[in-house]
Amino acid sequence: MENKALAGIASQVRRDIVRMVSAVNSGHPGGSLGCTDFLTYLYFEQMHHNASDFQMDGRNEDLFFLSNGHISPVWYSVLARAGYFPAAELGTFRKLGSRLQGHPSTDKNLPGVRMASGSLGQGLSVGVGAAQIKKLNRDNTLVYTLHGDGELQEGQIWEAAMYAAANKVDNIIATIDANGRQIDGDVDEVLSLGDLHQKWVAFGWEVLHMDGHDFDSIRSTMQKAKSMTGKGKPVVIIMKTEMGQGVDYMMGSHKWHGVAPNAEQLQVALQQLEETLGDY
Amino acid sequence: MEFEVLGNKDTRSGFGEGLAALGEQNPNVVALCADLTGSLKMDAFQKAHPDRFFQAGIAEANMIGLAAGMTIGGKIPFTGTFANFSTGRVYDQIRQSVAYSKKNVKICASHAGLTLGEDGATHQVLEDIGMMRMLPNMTVIVPADFNQTKQATIAIAAHEGPVYLRFGRPVMPIFVKPDAEFVIGKADVLAQGTDVTIIACGHMVWKSIEALKALREIGISAELINMHTIKPLDEAAILKSVAKTGCVVTAEEHMMNGGLGEAVSQVLSRQHPAPQEYVAVNDTFGESGTPMELMTKYHIDTPDVVAAAKRAIARKPIII
Repeated sequence: MENKALAGIASQVRRDIVRMVSAVNSGHPGGSLGCTDFLTYLYFEQMHHNASDFQMDGRNEDLFFLSNGHISPVWYSVLARAGYFPAAELGTFRKLGSRLQGHPSTDKNLPGVRMASGSLGQGLSVGVGAAQIKKLNRDNTLVYTLHGDGELQEGQIWEAAMYAAANKVDNIIATIDANGRQIDGDVDEVLSLGDLHQKWVAFGWEVLHMDGHDFDSIRSTMQKAKSMTGKGKPVVIIMKTEMGQGVDYMMGSHKWHGVAPNAEQLQVALQQLEETLGDY
Repeated sequence: MEFEVLGNKDTRSGFGEGLAALGEQNPNVVALCADLTGSLKMDAFQKAHPDRFFQAGIAEANMIGLAAGMTIGGKIPFTGTFANFSTGRVYDQIRQSVAYSKKNVKICASHAGLTLGEDGATHQVLEDIGMMRMLPNMTVIVPADFNQTKQATIAIAAHEGPVYLRFGRPVMPIFVKPDAEFVIGKADVLAQGTDVTIIACGHMVWKSIEALKALREIGISAELINMHTIKPLDEAAILKSVAKTGCVVTAEEHMMNGGLGEAVSQVLSRQHPAPQEYVAVNDTFGESGTPMELMTKYHIDTPDVVAAAKRAIARKPIII
């Protein structure tokens, strides 16, 4: 897919995000906007998956697990725009009875979601377990996971990292959304991760870096990551992003992590985001 | 009714034999252990099926997450560690990745309760039944002896959904027949009686069998129910029995708060109010000691079941 086409989808996804959270005055726009380009690329170009016939067991399909479940708006929008469920359902986000829960769940059988997430730090373990069973089932497809950088403060992430390397789980590609921000402020101020690159190296992973807002960088890095699978080591990508990317007043701050724009702010945001696929 | 003792073994060995049998029967069964393979008696499975055995190391949170992920692709993961590290240590992982996500994970927990013995209170979890029965979608099973633990282990593989299976360390008498059928949610009535209903689980079933004899000697006819499934609870069996006897004793190697007794009292208070006495640990941690010393000291021994039965009977309303 051409970058222009990807950018068009991403613009619509960003419109969906701000409209969804504004409509219910809750949700997490900042990280969602920051991961929009990555998830758009992942679902529209990278992964081998079947949107029209979702199967929980995911045999012979690439799997994706969202570990930082609070950025559900971007995932829901990408899933809908990729064809997992009608885009109109995005209008039910966070409303009573919706399949689009505040944080992703399997409880109401939303196509595309295989595991609940929200309580942080659990998705890497889940992904590694699923990856090991792919090997046992002689299924050569891959497992992808996404994590926040603040989420790496959870100890379970490092249990899973240690386990994956020790067991040569080389069919998983984890991506870290390195926006440097979390609810209480900058990650460096709240609880510094130290040298993140060296930490993953020390845990036995192949480490790549990419610009999460440049489709050329995303494409070349994701292709490289894929080429590194099957060689005895798990692969992690540290993805530099900007929280709130695409909406000028949300960028450069942690303040829009979990705050929804009001009606007036929504209009300002929408003026910056082209409607390409039709609003839901 | 006489109970034939068929031998003496620990319930954890029943789990180990059941898991080994499943390994042969069902290629979808996989097992995970957090550095306690010998204690959990998982060696036989590990040896026979090394490709389906996953050593998680001392990292229980990761083990639960791995197991949840392993259900995707059609496998039936059995996790094994001590009951304390199977529940309290990983409650949030079980809650989100297993129970809420409705994953087909079997959480198998050994060394539950006081009878873990000398290791002391850090390892003697007495809250696990309560924690697990509070979780929606979770089935909670506490088998009574070696044979029943083996039967339950095999049975839960055929049940779709999260299961908590609790067993223990001490060698105890075997009384369940080796060919008995284990039905999840269907209590076993071990003895018929008319004066009091004793509802027990786990090691307390044997203690209650001993209590039956003592009660009979003083002219009390006790009915005994082995309530091996705490959730879903066999309400019909409770109501049928209490309609006859009019009072209840619950007996468990667990905290009084949150356990079998509390589950039974919910049924009684809503559907058939009747005097109930509790044989359980009363809001205290345990300590080091031999299993039987601890059961005596913390009042979950045979004489405690007998005394509770007398109290329950004494509280029955007098019908003139």
